[in-house]
Amino acid sequence: MSLDKEKIKHVAKLARISVDEAKVDSLTKDLNSIFKFIEQLNELNTDKVKPLTSILNQSLRSRKDEISDGKIREKILKNSPKKNEEFFVVPKVVE
Amino acid sequence: MSNITNQSLSKILESIKSKKISSLELTQAYIKNIENAKKLNAFVTTTFDQALENAKKFDNKPNNEQLLSGVPLAVKDLFCTENIKTTAGSNILNNFVPSYESTVTKNLWNNGAFLLGKLNCDEFAMGSSNETSFFGNVINPIGDHLVPGGSSGGSSSALAADLTPATIGTDTGGSIRQPASFTGTVGLKPTYGLCSRWGIVAFASSLDQAGPMTKTVNDCSIMLEAMSGFDEKDSTSINKKKETYSKNLKDNIKGLKIGIPKEYRVDNMPKEIDELWEKGKKILKDLGAQLIDISLPHTKYALPTYYIVAPAEASSNLARYDGVRYGYRSQKGKDLIEMYENTRSEGFGDEVKRRILIGTYVLSSGYYDAYYLKAQKVRQLIKKDFDDSFTKVDAILTPSTPSSAFKIGEKTNDPVSMYLNDIFTVPVNLAGLPALSLPAGSDKKGYPLGLQLIGKALDEQKILNIGYAFEKNCGYKNEVKKWWS
Amino acid sequence: MSKEKFDYFINGEKGKYEVVIGLEVHAQVLSNSKLFSGSSTKFGADPNKQVSLIDSAFPGMLPVINEECVKQAVRTGLGLNAKINNYSVFDRKNYFYADLPQGYQISQYKNPIVGEGKVLLDMPYGSKEIGIERLHLEQDAGKSIHDMDPSSTYVDLNRSGIALMEIVSKPDLRSPDEVNAYIKKLRSIMRYLGTCDGNMQEGSLRADVNVSVRRAGDKKFGTRCEIKNVNSIKFMQMAIEYEANRQVELLEEGKQIDQETRLFDTKKNETRSMRSKEDAHDYRYFPDPDLLPLKLEQKLIEDLKKSLPELPDNKKERFIQEYGLNSYEANVLVSEKEISDYYEEVAKLSDKKLAATWMMGELFAMLNNKGLNISNSPISAKNFAELVQSIKSGEISGRIAKEVFEIMVESGDNPKKIIESKGMKQQSDPKELEKIINEILLKNKDKVDQYKAGKEKLFGFFVGQVMKLSGGKANPQLTNEILKKLLKG
Repeated sequence: MSLDKEKIKHVAKLARISVDEAKVDSLTKDLNSIFKFIEQLNELNTDKVKPLTSILNQSLRSRKDEISDGKIREKILKNSPKKNEEFFVVPKVVE
Repeated sequence: MSNITNQSLSKILESIKSKKISSLELTQAYIKNIENAKKLNAFVTTTFDQALENAKKFDNKPNNEQLLSGVPLAVKDLFCTENIKTTAGSNILNNFVPSYESTVTKNLWNNGAFLLGKLNCDEFAMGSSNETSFFGNVINPIGDHLVPGGSSGGSSSALAADLTPATIGTDTGGSIRQPASFTGTVGLKPTYGLCSRWGIVAFASSLDQAGPMTKTVNDCSIMLEAMSGFDEKDSTSINKKKETYSKNLKDNIKGLKIGIPKEYRVDNMPKEIDELWEKGKKILKDLGAQLIDISLPHTKYALPTYYIVAPAEASSNLARYDGVRYGYRSQKGKDLIEMYENTRSEGFGDEVKRRILIGTYVLSSGYYDAYYLKAQKVRQLIKKDFDDSFTKVDAILTPSTPSSAFKIGEKTNDPVSMYLNDIFTVPVNLAGLPALSLPAGSDKKGYPLGLQLIGKALDEQKILNIGYAFEKNCGYKNEVKKWWS
Repeated sequence: MSKEKFDYFINGEKGKYEVVIGLEVHAQVLSNSKLFSGSSTKFGADPNKQVSLIDSAFPGMLPVINEECVKQAVRTGLGLNAKINNYSVFDRKNYFYADLPQGYQISQYKNPIVGEGKVLLDMPYGSKEIGIERLHLEQDAGKSIHDMDPSSTYVDLNRSGIALMEIVSKPDLRSPDEVNAYIKKLRSIMRYLGTCDGNMQEGSLRADVNVSVRRAGDKKFGTRCEIKNVNSIKFMQMAIEYEANRQVELLEEGKQIDQETRLFDTKKNETRSMRSKEDAHDYRYFPDPDLLPLKLEQKLIEDLKKSLPELPDNKKERFIQEYGLNSYEANVLVSEKEISDYYEEVAKLSDKKLAATWMMGELFAMLNNKGLNISNSPISAKNFAELVQSIKSGEISGRIAKEVFEIMVESGDNPKKIIESKGMKQQSDPKELEKIINEILLKNKDKVDQYKAGKEKLFGFFVGQVMKLSGGKANPQLTNEILKKLLKG
């Protein structure tokens, strides 16, 4: 299959990356060559193969239900590009 | 002691223990080397003051019982370091200062080492040449026009140029072994789950694994011992007893069965690689190992599988870089969505964006089965290939890379040819196995070449032993001329 | 109790429409710490004070699951008579939002921890079974605050990462009343189990409501709209009512219904399309590579099953058998665990049937008026039982009992003490009563003559006089008997 510009723009929207109009052509070319390479997999019949969900053959380990974290607001907010004393601050969201 | 820095880590440790050199002298020697090697662009951040402080502290009260007593180490800038800027080679983390220390680096410091600086790498470890870093490309000490490999290119370059006695990298598809091969150094990708991923900037969670990069196999075993271990903060960490790799290092490999997979002889592979492989086989055979022809029939599909799985995971792992809680935020855009789009567009480089788009696409509605699910199935087949082979052999010998170090800029316009560089390393990540890249010779241009030993899961000791025996009998010594200073 | 007929349809000009509703309930798991981190889940903390590096998705942070949250999900599944899956997988649901730090929510998609189950509702027209499609564990998001600054949104991540159970019903609900009964039943079951406090004001229980309409009698479902995140039963009912009518209107106009996500505006009492969710339908689910599949041992499930408390449906049956209650009474008294506990304590010490009548009458009315719960009732179960016994034994009359009850509410005192100190004990001594009655009959000779002449309704007058003279304490039954006897003589 081939990826057209519209599809790429849609995917970029999903990924929240704005795409420079001037770069769309070269991006389209690159992605199509990568997908052509990827699609070698279609040579293989995998109808009866179980997908691999985890490379480790063990069950999920769990932890005890104890409060052992939090109360570090300063550390949490320290790196934020925009914040006040209590909150992260972002441009207005319209629902 | 002017040439202490070109010694192996184990020699340096001996010198420290026997007080032939102080930690401070050692640290000063490395700082001098680093300052003279700015051209290589191996460092993103240096922490000299802190390192000198730590060296003095060690000298005042030396504790020689530790694995890495009094040794300064530079690490890949993908490991979060407490109160030290951590960038992952990206503009989007350009100003990020973690309040926490990754488990792996903490393990190193708990073993007596201290931080010398943070090493350049491909942006979010996505690259095979260290050319995708926001902080500029790194130069291979082997030649001023050569890439050091990637993504741990700052690590391989710094190690080969004697800017750190040993280092650590991360390996998602070959990011430790390929740069090790390109710089004539030793690199190990451990079994998935042996080293904690906690505090390492994630690229592809099911593939990422931290590992040592060193000058010798013994150094490699010391570093692995220091950095590995169970971590309850990582749900994919393997809970097992800690091993003493360096103490158990043996060079007797008589009777071991070494698999030679026929699928690793690819089209257009330089004759030198083939000859190197033959040389490797002969060395092991002469040491009493038994060579066995094996087949890993799905090898050819590993790279296409990898280029679905890794970008898919990355597209999700990198969603957190949105300019809200840390890192870069674009000032452009009238609402939240535009802020996201501009932040991520300006904050990420082209290769990272390309992979996020690939990953988003292969997971998106209508394409999941054709790409992601398909890749998970092929990954199962690749794992099974190895499982089947390891019923017959103890380890597998292959070339590390299909070529020696290439020129800067040579492959930047052709992503697929860049990706093909990882053709021999990627299957190992998909199967979660350990693999060691060893310097084994050079091509006719004199550039180093490596061979790869692949082991069963958690069989690090065995491939280190084979590597140790190989190293003693290989007769190859990588000579780096210090053209930059 | 007479059985009514189900009758909730929307009448359009072209015919009757049936409303089809399915609910996705988000119930906050009762646990000390979050699903994948050690931060507290306590409600009402200062902003961003219950946030770890994991909840705020710092680079390199990894999730580790809370064992109690897993157990709570299994308990809830067992309480819903559902299949517990020994193998389940955590997936990432990818979308961008300011209060979703990871850029994905860890949830369960293809392999949830709990499969199909059912919930039984008691409706006036009989009992109705609502199918449960699945229950899965997932992370809650943080909170975006839009009204603190005109140009910015503030983000508080205290809630980010708290464990939720998403309980998905089959599209088996047909009216706002059924939705009310369903939510209450679900909440009751979870409170019995101690797996969710069901506190809707604090957001511990919220629901996405799927609504569609179809011509009555049609087999095929109509196109549904999803109304997001409604946090009270009343709003759910209003939203359904509005949405169903909107859809019927569209259909009557010959228009199509777009499958979309809508928001219920509580101020305008209407639903409207959510623009911000336009492209959110492509969540790109895939198994979270930071977590491994969750494998539950059968023994753990069996152990949890054994330790489950008695649940409302079983308790109701027992109340009918053991206490001789009718189905309606039993239903009301098991609706909440605390109510059933209170009742059982009262019933142990007093007449079971009378206790039920008085609880459901006086006690509930008083609690309702005062806006109280049974757990903070001013009357203890023991005192309430004594009151019931005083009525039963004839010590006080029902009328006096109401007065005693009022005093108990105000003072919290024991009823015996009140009755004695205020001299409210019923006059049940026949000799004493005869004395009073004779006195009255003497005083009202004219009326006695009229009565005897056939004006029998004067009987009430004599009773009234007796009550007046005895200060209301005369035993009414005895008074009647004696009056009748003496008036004959």
